Amino acid sequence: MMQRLLQTRGLAQIIALLAILAIDRAVSPQFFDLRMQDGRLFGSLIDVLNRGAPVALLALGMVLVIATRGIDLSVGAVMAISGAIAASLADTYGLPVALAAALGAGLLCGLWNGFLVAVLGIQPIVATLILMVAGRGVAQLITEGRIVTFTAPDLVWLGNGAVLGVPTPVVVVIGMLIITGAVVRGSALGLLIEATGGNARASELAGIGTRAMILAVYVWCGLCAALAGVIAAADIMGADANNAGLWLELDAILAVVIGGTSLFGGRFSLALAMVGALIIQAMNTGILLSGYPPEFNLLVKAAVVLVVLLLQSPRFANAGAVLGRARQ
Amino acid sequence: MTSKALLAATALVALTLALPATAAELTVGFSQIGSESGWRAAETSVSKTEATKRKVTLKIADAQQKQENQIKAIRSFIAQGVDAIFLAPVVSSGWDAVLKEAKEAKIPVVLLDRDIDPSGKELYLTAVTSDSVHEGAVAGEWLAKAVAGKQCNVVELQGTVGASVATNRKKGFDSVVAKNANLKVVRSQTGDFTRAKGKEVMESFIKAEGGGKNICAVYAHNDDMMVGAIQAMKEAGLKPGKDILTVSIDAVPDIFKAIAAGEANATVELTPNMAGPALDAIMAYKAKGTVPPKWIQTESKLYTAADDPQKIYDSKKGLGY
Repeated sequence: MMQRLLQTRGLAQIIALLAILAIDRAVSPQFFDLRMQDGRLFGSLIDVLNRGAPVALLALGMVLVIATRGIDLSVGAVMAISGAIAASLADTYGLPVALAAALGAGLLCGLWNGFLVAVLGIQPIVATLILMVAGRGVAQLITEGRIVTFTAPDLVWLGNGAVLGVPTPVVVVIGMLIITGAVVRGSALGLLIEATGGNARASELAGIGTRAMILAVYVWCGLCAALAGVIAAADIMGADANNAGLWLELDAILAVVIGGTSLFGGRFSLALAMVGALIIQAMNTGILLSGYPPEFNLLVKAAVVLVVLLLQSPRFANAGAVLGRARQ
Repeated sequence: MTSKALLAATALVALTLALPATAAELTVGFSQIGSESGWRAAETSVSKTEATKRKVTLKIADAQQKQENQIKAIRSFIAQGVDAIFLAPVVSSGWDAVLKEAKEAKIPVVLLDRDIDPSGKELYLTAVTSDSVHEGAVAGEWLAKAVAGKQCNVVELQGTVGASVATNRKKGFDSVVAKNANLKVVRSQTGDFTRAKGKEVMESFIKAEGGGKNICAVYAHNDDMMVGAIQAMKEAGLKPGKDILTVSIDAVPDIFKAIAAGEANATVELTPNMAGPALDAIMAYKAKGTVPPKWIQTESKLYTAADDPQKIYDSKKGLGY
């Protein structure tokens, strides 16, 4: 019974998220309190959604890349580049130009990764490692190593504003989720991506343009990362090339994996990747609220991730069932 | 050419050759770590100004955070026969061999900003560094004075876990808290020295402490985290600098903007001018043989709204922070 329940797709993730929210409530009694503050919802739950937005955006692009049996390590560096561009241009040229340039840079970065993987056939982990290392350097060149601040109110709104009380970053994530979902699940595209990841050669023979598929997912991943970078810069009203998006590629991959998407490609779930991102952020916010010494942060995080992944493991569920039967 | 003219020319050449030996024309090689932070960039630009002020030729080698580049730079300085070497060490160990080479070439080495392992103590002339425990104490003492005996709950934004600067700035602040029964650190969490994490952690502090009503002051191990925390307080409808006092360390330009706007109260300077005292020590050593103390501590100056923050902001913003 337990075994079958846990194998229902997505149930393990939802249970994990609810359990973590319950723990958050236990360590911090006001966790679910909500109020309006300057036309914006205010509360720990909103923090989870708002702070989780950059990783959720990264996961949205990453999940498609991983579905093709790829991986994109450069998303954190792309965030730094796009944030640096947006912050440098916003005050002089206004939001449309700054946003277009930042997202354009993200597309270019994605195109570069896609070119290396799809056309030159370089292994994804190595191909994207190049931009992961070089990209942060590019961002530092743009900002000249300092934190570039800006005051352009429309760019600040992207990070700190609200639509009907909901923080803008959350609205952006929901918008991107709907667009991505409509494109890949509203058509056969999602299936073709999964086929490419499942068996590229067979898909090629079946007439799927696997190169185009792979190129497209890296471009989309670059765009999502660029958007995340703009939001991260807008949040602190400045571009911090040294730290923006640092190690977030790992959180994004983790979110996708927690969401049940296999690193071997072949199948994916957008919604569960979002749940994965929420699990990570609910855990981070909970750790901050708990008041434990910061030395424990990473330890707690590792333990929680282990438990969530064990919950999803069929072998673990089997072992549980065998133990349960033995006890009867 | 007459013999008189030849003599004059020879004298002139001899004079020119003799000139580098005078104190006014020293050549110093500076192996800088890189430009990983705004402070580092400011240190490089202040070093250049300080050298020009003293008519010293400063050759700066950027090591891009790599020890092997620093060792290469020191070796090339030794080969060029510079009068002194400044070293901002990227790590604390592994310097013995190259510093011995400098010692054999009789070139004094001065450490800037960071110290190295004690095994190499006799290999350098002096170290010019700030005392980060003292910085934390200066911040604490300002707060103790500002609240004047009233009960005060402090939240602390720590630097990166395990970084010696973070450990020391905490230690210094805690030593003042221990002496003042009215001060109490109610929450302490790491903000990794960044604006984004400073903001996120402050958001959670505000929620955990009754919407910020139970917080009387914020202490941040650097100004960048405080800039993030100030945004978090404003977004929560609090008035930083009034409802909640702020004190942080580093004195980067943006915190002066906040102090000028009344949104921050105090900052303790980590001076980017490490080269000035180092140059003074070298010039005295070269001219009169004065051996400086093994450690030259830079001043940890406290700045508040009383120090014309706008003017300091204008003077600091061009330094590369």
